[in-house]
Amino acid sequence: MKKQFRDDGTRFRLGSTIILSVLAFLILLPVILVVISSVTDENALISAGYTYFPKKLSLDSYYYMIKQSEMILRAYGVTITVTCLGTIISVLITTMLAYPMSRPNFRYRNVLAFFVFFTMLFNGGIVASYIMWSRVFQIKDTIWALIVPNYLVTAFNVFLVRNYYVTSVPISIIESAQIDGASELTIFFKIMMPLAIPSVATISLFTGLIYWNDWINGLYYLTDAKLYGIQNLLIRIMNNIQFLKVSSNVALLGTMNVDLPGTSVRMAMAVIGILPIVIIYPFVQKHFIKGVVLGAVKG
Amino acid sequence: MYLREREGYIPLRSRIRAKAPAPRKNLRPEGRLSMTKKKKKQQRASSAPLLLIAAPGILYLLINNYIPMFGVFLAFKDFNYRKGIFGSAWCGLDNFKFLFKTHDAWVMTRNTLLYNFAFIIIGTIAAIFVAVLMYELGQRSRVKFFQSIMLLPNLLSWVVIGFIVYAFLNADTGFINNTVLKALNIEPISWYSTTKPWPFILIVTFLWKYVGVNSIIYMASISGIDKGIFEAAQLDGATKMQQIFRITLPMLKPTIIILTLMSIGRIFYSDFGLFYQVPQNSGRLFEVTQTIDTYVYHGLMELKNIGMSAAAALYQSVVGFLLVLGANALVRKVDRENALF
Repeated sequence: MKKQFRDDGTRFRLGSTIILSVLAFLILLPVILVVISSVTDENALISAGYTYFPKKLSLDSYYYMIKQSEMILRAYGVTITVTCLGTIISVLITTMLAYPMSRPNFRYRNVLAFFVFFTMLFNGGIVASYIMWSRVFQIKDTIWALIVPNYLVTAFNVFLVRNYYVTSVPISIIESAQIDGASELTIFFKIMMPLAIPSVATISLFTGLIYWNDWINGLYYLTDAKLYGIQNLLIRIMNNIQFLKVSSNVALLGTMNVDLPGTSVRMAMAVIGILPIVIIYPFVQKHFIKGVVLGAVKG
Repeated sequence: MYLREREGYIPLRSRIRAKAPAPRKNLRPEGRLSMTKKKKKQQRASSAPLLLIAAPGILYLLINNYIPMFGVFLAFKDFNYRKGIFGSAWCGLDNFKFLFKTHDAWVMTRNTLLYNFAFIIIGTIAAIFVAVLMYELGQRSRVKFFQSIMLLPNLLSWVVIGFIVYAFLNADTGFINNTVLKALNIEPISWYSTTKPWPFILIVTFLWKYVGVNSIIYMASISGIDKGIFEAAQLDGATKMQQIFRITLPMLKPTIIILTLMSIGRIFYSDFGLFYQVPQNSGRLFEVTQTIDTYVYHGLMELKNIGMSAAAALYQSVVGFLLVLGANALVRKVDRENALF
């Protein structure tokens, strides 16, 4: 009898492994196509299209990018700056907002909690916020347009940090610091901020990913291509491809200074857009999964 | 319900509960209640520095989230860039009248709702399927390996995903037209102007991006089930299949209900990136790809029709708000612990 059960379990384990392997393979396939296309010879690509088994490989598209590197390096620079600045500011403000909410003797803690929470329930919509940022704050075509609107403080992150303080940092630490004569500001910056590191790791990961992948702020607030990060550069390339297709007027294209990379270079650019994430991800997967479980539903 | 009592289970929405979770009582025995009134007053007097610390965050939320809430009055104005926000004339419900007279209003509402229903149903089934399989793997290293692969698409931006889809679908050099259809001897299809396949394409793209992430939460739930139950069932001669259908799935029911209700609360919102980047904003596909979010974008940035756009945005905010309240009331009935408020 017993052996039969074990066999059932083993069979299931084997079955699960096989099905998941197939699924994982299917999930990877589209990414693989892009990677292979990026190292396919341009002529082979034009004759046979994007394919998994190209006739001829070449690194031309990567050489092209190095030669034309100014545009790409610039975009990388913008994206990296925005990601770093945005994440640092966001984590700082978020923690500063979360900490008072965790203090049981803080008079406005419930008011504050509701104030933050309500932003999850109702929003004024993009129209009003677009007009406010672009007309009142004149944020268009500045680096701040990529950092400030939408992402700096989210209720999700605030509650994540607050709950961490409430459940994992004993209040006696604060009390003993108070007895030693430390001011509230000292307590926060010298003691509570460093103590929040585990939850800060999780929210910086989410925030960093949001800034790296963001193209919506750029879409709304940028008209100047100089400030395009990697994502907005990719959008522009795709738009130029579409534009070329609809208009057969080549002379017009010449005057518009459209940069249209080859079919293989397009995919190479997508690859370099993904690369940094793929490199960093294995090291932070643990925090990422923890954050997802805590958050339960996508923010 | 048993969900709550299970050891190691992390409440789904612990982060947003106004009341603090239970462990705090042990950590802070000298909480508010035990304080004398005098001491309480003393403690409370010190709220100024704490407010100061919170000030940047409060200011940001006021500007970024609260001021636009008052901006909803734009929906009742005949907005004119030259006259400005306050100078533009009021027009009552005209914007709404125009909006709901258009075919667009019906199309975008239908698309938003239908896609969300499809995502909820198919997405949940797929996520549970993957979670159950992951759980059956047993070995941690193998779980981690498969998880890393399945989470990969979730890390990519919709722009990059748009490129990936383009590599498959574009008419001249796309993989499908050049390899798959050629092998099947079918005429090439101009994908970005053919509406029929798009519901399928969008659903597959959605699954591809989210199945990994969504399975994580179900897996956490399954791991919370008492192993003793499975062992007892095994001793009674239950097969693995029976264990899955008689134990795992019923135990997952509360999680499924709550996550589904939460998604229903957001059913009036759509993933802008999915519906804007993946179909490459192709006008010929609007009939099947236009959602409220893309409509608002087109109105605002391309057609410069602020009034209609604001009306659509308000329509979304209000109905969305009511749906969240409704969904939350239902969650409260099912499981108070996991309700938003």
